[in-house]
Amino acid sequence: MTRADDSLYAAMLQRGMSRRTFIKFCTAMTAALALPATYASRVAAAVSAAPRIPVIWLRGQGCGGDSAAFLGASNPTAAEVLLDLLSVEYHEMIMAPAGAAAVRSRTDVQARYPNGYIAVVEGAIPTADGGIHCMVDGRPFRDVVRDVSGGALATIAIGTCAFDGGSPAAAGGATGAVGVASIVSSGSLLAMPGCPVNSANLTAAIVHYLTFKQWPATDSRHRPYFAYGGLIHNQCERRAHFEFGEFVLAWGDEAAQKGWCLYKMGCKGPETNANCPTVRYADGTSWPVKAGHGCVGCTMPGFWDAMSPFYRRLPPPLPFAPTVSADQVGQALVGGVAGLTVVHGAASYVRQRRVGAQERRDARVAAADGALPRQDPPGGDPDSVQPPVPADPTEPAELTETDEPSSSDREDVVAIEGPDPAVPVDTAVPVDISVPLDTAVPVDTAVPVDRADSPDLEAH
Amino acid sequence: MTRTVIDPVTRVGGHLRVEVEIANGVVRDAWSSGTMFRGMELILGGRDPRDAWLLAQRICGVCTGVHALASVRAVENALGVAIPTNARLVRNLLAGAGYVQAHVVGFYHRHAFDWVDPMAALRADPAATSTLALSMSEWPQSSPAYFKGVIDRLTTVVQSGQLGPFANGYWGHPAYRLTPEANLLVVAHYLEALDWQRGIIRIQTLLGGKSPHPQTYLVGGMALAPPWGGPNRGLPGEHPQQVERGSPPALSARGLTDIGTAIADARTFVEQVYLPDILMIAGHYREWAGVGAGLGSYLSYGEFPGDDSTKPALFLSRGRVMGRDLARVQPVDQAGIAESVAHSWYAYDDGGDALRHPANGQTNPSYTAPTQPSATLEGSDRYSWLKAPRYQDEPMEVGPLARMAVAYVEGQKDVRAAIDGAAASLGVGREAFFSTLGRTMARAIEAQVVARQLDGWLEALVANLATGDLALADLTRWDPGTWPGEARGWALGESPRGALGHWVAIRDQRIDTYQLVDATTWNGSPRDAQGRRGALEEALVGTPLADAARPLEVLRTVHSFDPCPACAVHAYVPGAGGPVQIQVI
Repeated sequence: MTRADDSLYAAMLQRGMSRRTFIKFCTAMTAALALPATYASRVAAAVSAAPRIPVIWLRGQGCGGDSAAFLGASNPTAAEVLLDLLSVEYHEMIMAPAGAAAVRSRTDVQARYPNGYIAVVEGAIPTADGGIHCMVDGRPFRDVVRDVSGGALATIAIGTCAFDGGSPAAAGGATGAVGVASIVSSGSLLAMPGCPVNSANLTAAIVHYLTFKQWPATDSRHRPYFAYGGLIHNQCERRAHFEFGEFVLAWGDEAAQKGWCLYKMGCKGPETNANCPTVRYADGTSWPVKAGHGCVGCTMPGFWDAMSPFYRRLPPPLPFAPTVSADQVGQALVGGVAGLTVVHGAASYVRQRRVGAQERRDARVAAADGALPRQDPPGGDPDSVQPPVPADPTEPAELTETDEPSSSDREDVVAIEGPDPAVPVDTAVPVDISVPLDTAVPVDTAVPVDRADSPDLEAH
Repeated sequence: MTRTVIDPVTRVGGHLRVEVEIANGVVRDAWSSGTMFRGMELILGGRDPRDAWLLAQRICGVCTGVHALASVRAVENALGVAIPTNARLVRNLLAGAGYVQAHVVGFYHRHAFDWVDPMAALRADPAATSTLALSMSEWPQSSPAYFKGVIDRLTTVVQSGQLGPFANGYWGHPAYRLTPEANLLVVAHYLEALDWQRGIIRIQTLLGGKSPHPQTYLVGGMALAPPWGGPNRGLPGEHPQQVERGSPPALSARGLTDIGTAIADARTFVEQVYLPDILMIAGHYREWAGVGAGLGSYLSYGEFPGDDSTKPALFLSRGRVMGRDLARVQPVDQAGIAESVAHSWYAYDDGGDALRHPANGQTNPSYTAPTQPSATLEGSDRYSWLKAPRYQDEPMEVGPLARMAVAYVEGQKDVRAAIDGAAASLGVGREAFFSTLGRTMARAIEAQVVARQLDGWLEALVANLATGDLALADLTRWDPGTWPGEARGWALGESPRGALGHWVAIRDQRIDTYQLVDATTWNGSPRDAQGRRGALEEALVGTPLADAARPLEVLRTVHSFDPCPACAVHAYVPGAGGPVQIQVI
């Protein structure tokens, strides 16, 4: 470490961090944000200099899993986040006061730090019957969210329930559950779906703000590109087995023991945007596909309906689509409802029995636009000013070789602090959308031949 | 008589409101109200039964995985699937690790501030704290310099004016009894426990892929697979896999070793930190062995099957202890479970208040609380989204105390030794466990008993894999074509917070009905048709209060149950075609 780093380290020491923790923390954050390793010192400078940002963490219709993920975080640990990085002034699961004293903790922060605190929302927001299905202090949770979010520096919708309503909003739900974006219209909004959220991504988003004084670039559903910019399928350690036609065909079979591809067991990795394979959980320990079970698509809109039944095999994924964004996958899903793409249309047809109202609205928009899945370069959204976009962390090098910037380019990229980075990292390779719209594509043609075929209970 | 409202009750999993009536400094009556409703069973209806565990799991992310386990068991019961030995052991490990985590976190991060004043800790003498720590256990983080560091860290936070979760606590309340040194010791362990969790989470992430919400369960077993050829055989030559040191496959030799290491670390913390802290705190609050006794009727469904038979021996026994009678255990039959909605925000179709078994239950939401914002539920005959479960018409308490009481009477060696040992060290009789303090002690004792058993399950798993038995799932009923047209199943088991039952009916390969009765539905239950209080309500009656405006003592008893109302409120809908009915259980 350089001398400058040493002084930063001294600052962190004063906050009670050990040297080892300090280095691990900076490294983990730069990795999660896909910044070059040289940015560790800059991250450290920002983190050590910043006053602790007050946080109001609200819980609605949820299971507490995102709180549990946050409290079980690794780099930094929850103790470090709570004491060094953030000032979590209101969080019902951990705060000492209860009742009126707890409510005072919330209103104190709102009064003392107007537009200076982060509102974190976990859980869905019920809107039916005046919001009676979730009441806090005798008030509908919906009103509390609007109140707190209205005066916040930014609102972070954490987990899938706060993203789009999640499980309470799945087919059969009766409480009018929605995500934060449906009731909060003003100010910065960040959505970090996942069931639960990966705590590394949550901390990384906050560290990004501390480092660059801007929130990370997001797609049209407010999801940061650094975490939701790439497909799981393209980052998966089992991907090579997919290419070789090496599939698990029954739980626990020889292929399962050899760690082959779970596509035929219903894995939703080919249609799911998240960085699970690269960041993983519990300090890089594992993630569901590594452990042996397929991805269920828990970061995707309406996944309880759109991705289920979870053990039914998806139609074949696009053969070469290294730069599919979360927006495009979402549009492909609803595009299928609108009859726009055949390949994903087949996928959506079998799954559309429970497509929620939100998807139908989007489908109407997509149909009105006549939109095919389109390239949506980061920062290109005219409605929002996008902070710098680091090179997409999630793409395997061999797939993006042609447009991978050199290391010096990459440094330039992240050094930009202005609102107009226009880094076209994602734009060079277009998605293959050349499938004729009206041609029925036999479902299996694009799938590599099985090496060892056997009766496949879940085949279409 | 004054009525005090606590909403939100914090440091619980979910949304809870408690109202108490106070006269002459004593709680005379209490009401427990769940204020959040999701309708998860409603959403389960019509889905593939093999998917049910994924959705049911999302009922609770705090003691995670318990509903996944109950759900796969209920479906397996309906379809007649027997899981392989390896799957049983992996499930025991996942669930058991969850108990240890839930109990440690449940105490330090949800309960400790009811007994411990962190502001008083600032006045502690680090050297005296070190002496105290060394007198209690061999835990190495006990030097004066270490405790000085904790004080400095706390002081920085306090001086910043941003107290975070410590802001607005009832600090300085006369009911706090610990010395500054004892306060500091527990605050240090509060911070250590946040870090300690990661070891448990590593076990769950290796075996489950992630935590919360492990994702390796299957109807029929587990989706984990040992490396080709078994844990000790190396990887297949044709496609060598990269094995990262920090991230081995769970059932590889290295993965199993890592799990063993994490188990040992978890157990050490429980034995050298958690349990000694509880006994130390209990010594300062002996009078709380006479507060919060509650119903005196305890129910345990039992957990941790010890063999692969259809009626396996359970590590923690099934049974009931009635009337605090530690002489005998009475049997449990799932047919004895039924629910009342007389004081819940639902109504039965026939308008009656008769108890209904979960399999026949039905409820329509019927919210009748005052319009918002509601200052009090006083005058509301119906006051909760929780239903009122009863066993043979009796309200029951569930949870670690219930399990320990049943295991004690059944003669479980580890439990007897731990309970008798704790009682002796405090100089109290075993009846002292029927109290708020007893609930908190029983939780710690159970954490130790389960933490010690984790190694046994891991050893059995390693030994069984070594025999060449690599099966983790029975797939004879995986194909829906093998299922009968109609099937019903149920599973009674335990979660860290207490008894948990799932009931499922399958028709034409889809979920027809799905219902569950959770631990906090029992403990947080509102009154039934006869007006009898639930376990938490009953335990609150008689609680002395030093300052009615700062009801610290109420929180002590509430948190001694470690309530999770998020788990407790659900809904279900009968199969397609029928009228939409919601069941809250």
